[in-house]
Amino acid sequence: MYKIFKKLIFRLEKDADLHIGKLLRRGMLLACGTSIFGGVVYLFQHSGTTVDYSPVSGSEAFGVADSLRSISGIFDGILKFNGASIIQLGVVILIATPILRIVFSSITFIIEKDWLYVAITITVLTIIFLNMMILK
Amino acid sequence: MTLELLLPILFGGGILAGFVGSLTGLGGGVIVIPLLTIVLGFDLRYAIGAALITSIATSSGAAAAYIKERITNIRIGMTLEIATTLGAVLGALIAMYLDKKYIAIVFGCVLIFSAARTVMKKENRRDEIPASRLSKTLKLNGTYPDASGNIVHYNVRNVAGGFSIMTLAGVLSGLLGIGSGAFKVLAMDTVMKIPFKVSTTTSNFMVGVTAAASAVVYLQRGYIDPALAMPLIVGVLSGAYLGARILPKTSVKRLRLLFGIIISLMAILMIYNGITENV
Repeated sequence: MYKIFKKLIFRLEKDADLHIGKLLRRGMLLACGTSIFGGVVYLFQHSGTTVDYSPVSGSEAFGVADSLRSISGIFDGILKFNGASIIQLGVVILIATPILRIVFSSITFIIEKDWLYVAITITVLTIIFLNMMILK
Repeated sequence: MTLELLLPILFGGGILAGFVGSLTGLGGGVIVIPLLTIVLGFDLRYAIGAALITSIATSSGAAAAYIKERITNIRIGMTLEIATTLGAVLGALIAMYLDKKYIAIVFGCVLIFSAARTVMKKENRRDEIPASRLSKTLKLNGTYPDASGNIVHYNVRNVAGGFSIMTLAGVLSGLLGIGSGAFKVLAMDTVMKIPFKVSTTTSNFMVGVTAAASAVVYLQRGYIDPALAMPLIVGVLSGAYLGARILPKTSVKRLRLLFGIIISLMAILMIYNGITENV
């Protein structure tokens, strides 16, 4: 039993780089596909509209609709088949891909029993998470 | 401007950014921010949000290709990522309180620096140097395969110095929405004496993580607009793919010089717009 377990871990270690490469490619394709689909829907819903992104002074209200600023808002929008929300889901997948890659690396370090690097990767993840919580 | 006109312009801009980025090492933001602010006259904050998205797309797209060759040093990347993500938090905090005209001026200066580094980039051979104590403790010294497939061993020096420049790179990334790859390569290549090939691929890996750390903040603040993001993501990924395919067959020295000059001109315009508060 132990032998089988050890063999499995060895295989995981050997293929870790390969899996990370695959994760990145799939993440990219998924983000790209989701935003293209959202883009087509968006075009149907907004065709012919004029866009205005000209500079706004720092004191005025600024930015996209509130529903496009949070995960829950984005999913609400998707349920209403809102094109902009579907694109934004693609953006969220895109942002999540490199972060997932760190999670994946930290698992690899756990398998390798490299505790120093388990601590380092978890520190990086904590900083990103706190950043998200504090600065919104 | 109508939506039907904006989409192809951004798609084309994205292809250019991805293409030039993969050939010269200039990150997506260096091209996308001047395109959106100077050429199209958009608000700097939307440009920063769009640039972060392009940086992540370029980084992940290229990283998927590099990992197979085992050049990227994940340990160096992870260690320095503590510095860049902490810096990114600091930069995003500063961005909340700093008037955007100053951000435009800082951006212009960073652009000129990046352009100069790109033009002067050279791939020189190095002699074997002794490893520092900290790099042994952190197991940063590594190997990579060279062009003919031989395994080259390298040592790392001055980890503390590299860590401080990485913090600065993180601050700039959080403040300006760029990957600040030029500063990352400076820290690794010049200060820590890491071989060029390893520095560039590791920097590329790190750009995605740092940009993602800043992007979560900018998304929550509403600076990431889906209509700008969509054509850029698709354009950058196709451009980077094209660039990576023709990279082995081209001499990029002249291309680097050409874009170095174009970007320096953009930088001067950016600084001028910052001073006249037209951003």
